Amino acid sequence: MMGMDEKRGSAFPEGGVLETPKKTLFQENWSLFRKNRLAMAGLVIFVAFFIIALTGLFLTYGRNPYFNPALVRLQEKLRPPLSKPNLETLKPEEVPRLGIYLFGTDDLGRDVFSRMLQGSWVSLTVGFVAVSIAVVIGIFLGGIAGYYGHWRVLGLFSVDVLITGLIDIMLCFPSFFLILTVVALLPASIYNIMIVIGLTSWMGAARFVRAEFLSLRELDFVTAAKALGVSDWRIIFRHMVPNAMAPVLVSATIGIATAILTEAGLSFLGFGVPPPDATWGNILSNGKNFLFDAPWLTFIPGFAVLIVVLAFNLFGEGLRDVLNPKLKERH
Amino acid sequence: MLLSVENLKVFFHSDGAVSRAVDGVSYEIRKGETVCLVGESGCGKTVSVLAILGLIPQPPGEIPGGKIFFKGKNLLDLDEEELQKIRGKEISMIFQEPMTSLNPVFTIGDQIEEAITTHDTVEGAEAHRRTIELLADVGIASPEERMKDYPHNLSGGQRQRVMIAMALACKPDLVIADEPTTALDVTIQDQILHLFRELKEKRHMALLYITHNLGVVAEIADRIHVMYAGIFAEVGTVDQIFRNPCHPYTMGLLASLPSRARKGEGLYSIPGAVPDPAFKPQGCPFNPRCPYVQESCRRDFPEMCDFGDHHAARCPVIHKQRKAR
Repeated sequence: MMGMDEKRGSAFPEGGVLETPKKTLFQENWSLFRKNRLAMAGLVIFVAFFIIALTGLFLTYGRNPYFNPALVRLQEKLRPPLSKPNLETLKPEEVPRLGIYLFGTDDLGRDVFSRMLQGSWVSLTVGFVAVSIAVVIGIFLGGIAGYYGHWRVLGLFSVDVLITGLIDIMLCFPSFFLILTVVALLPASIYNIMIVIGLTSWMGAARFVRAEFLSLRELDFVTAAKALGVSDWRIIFRHMVPNAMAPVLVSATIGIATAILTEAGLSFLGFGVPPPDATWGNILSNGKNFLFDAPWLTFIPGFAVLIVVLAFNLFGEGLRDVLNPKLKERH
Repeated sequence: MLLSVENLKVFFHSDGAVSRAVDGVSYEIRKGETVCLVGESGCGKTVSVLAILGLIPQPPGEIPGGKIFFKGKNLLDLDEEELQKIRGKEISMIFQEPMTSLNPVFTIGDQIEEAITTHDTVEGAEAHRRTIELLADVGIASPEERMKDYPHNLSGGQRQRVMIAMALACKPDLVIADEPTTALDVTIQDQILHLFRELKEKRHMALLYITHNLGVVAEIADRIHVMYAGIFAEVGTVDQIFRNPCHPYTMGLLASLPSRARKGEGLYSIPGAVPDPAFKPQGCPFNPRCPYVQESCRRDFPEMCDFGDHHAARCPVIHKQRKAR
């Protein structure tokens, strides 16, 4: 190289002159995202929800939790939000930690605030675990369909036709009723619900990944990686998947909202998490019996679901706008 | 002999029609030699080298005939696993578009390191050191900082240098360069060509260079193969091809180069267009555009005619004329 510099003169030092302003992809996207107020609100609620759910887990977990969601005080039942406890009838350890019933009490006198805290963790984990399962399945099947599309199985159908066929079949099922059936057959447990929701919601991710792969596999860097002797699996999962993640990320965010809704729906119908553990769905379900006497029992979990689902949707849509290069020019 | 291609054919099937993209080409590359394939877009240059690395998608592609011997082994007989060991390690390839040939989501350092670790089991620190060395070799200033850059931080010329570094990562014996300077502007083109020449001397590697730019060919080639519609029209050294073209197509290509001697005049262009590879004319594929065309050209597929000293052209008409002189 030195020889070349001497011969050709170092007046053109490649790389020295053509300095581009350093701004990572993340910084670029972030500055775009920040301009979208609704999406920012979604993100803030998303983060707040995450923190609340995590602290909720620690504060309501164990034999003697800080906020006890299972503590029954029959004499204090159906107290409205912000009401003060009757200290004369309560044992000292039964007095709510905040000094008031922030969200009121339910028909067994349990503190709704504690129960909402506990439920938030359930909603969060259901959302994330179910969507993680869905995304992993979706990337795997979508990737194979997109990359090995033209391969034939048994000489009849191509891999692509088989997998897209499977996607279409899965989409034909009214998935909520499918989930309902499966959950009714399985022992009631939060983990079964996560898995079942995950197994019935991977089709969107698979479709996105397949579509991205169809265009990615024609790009030169894939051929270049092949020409370097990189194996197919490595090309798919290390080179192509990161390039196909943008739409998956968006659908995953919105998928979390759907999963939370589904879990709440299942719990509302009594197929969800078994009592005494609280989820937003079963608080709501319980509260509907007292809709006129104690409307807060339905409104509080209802609003919580509404706000969280809305936040995830707004965040997801904001993300989509930022990650979509065609929409970028508008901002 | 490092690489010897014998009567290679690559066909593509689409909608019942067969495109004879490469229709029987033979050539040889010795150690340390630079061989150029020259031709218009769509004449089968790229397809013929993709076949060497086993990168022709099958289907729709098909290799109905030919042999590709590399160090004595027929590459067409190897399975995917054996090919993977050769790709990048013994034969590597540089692509035309530096803008899309790098993965946009990884730093260039990561990508070069991967090129190294795919074939050589080396430790992270060693791979890192070799990456810096390679980047310095291809003329990238302050390689240690540059390797943390993403492709979009680099200019086209720099990216092509990175591609070259990746191709050289495992010290291959043969580098295939598929129009590596076509997407670059002229000053950068010149720099990259010099880089190729220098690296070739330093590393004693053979270079198979594909281009449609005759100026580039003159600068870099030892031997030239002029390709037209899937066959070789003419084969020879730079001197032979440029000073004594013996195929009407080569003559046309040379005549259409801009030159100072004909300042102010319009550029010459070969009349007509490249034939559709699925519907090639009978006889010589160049006959509809050829100014020397005779009845026999429309009937018989032309033989390769020897013009002496390893200079050959697929044109019996010119051959007869020259002999008569």
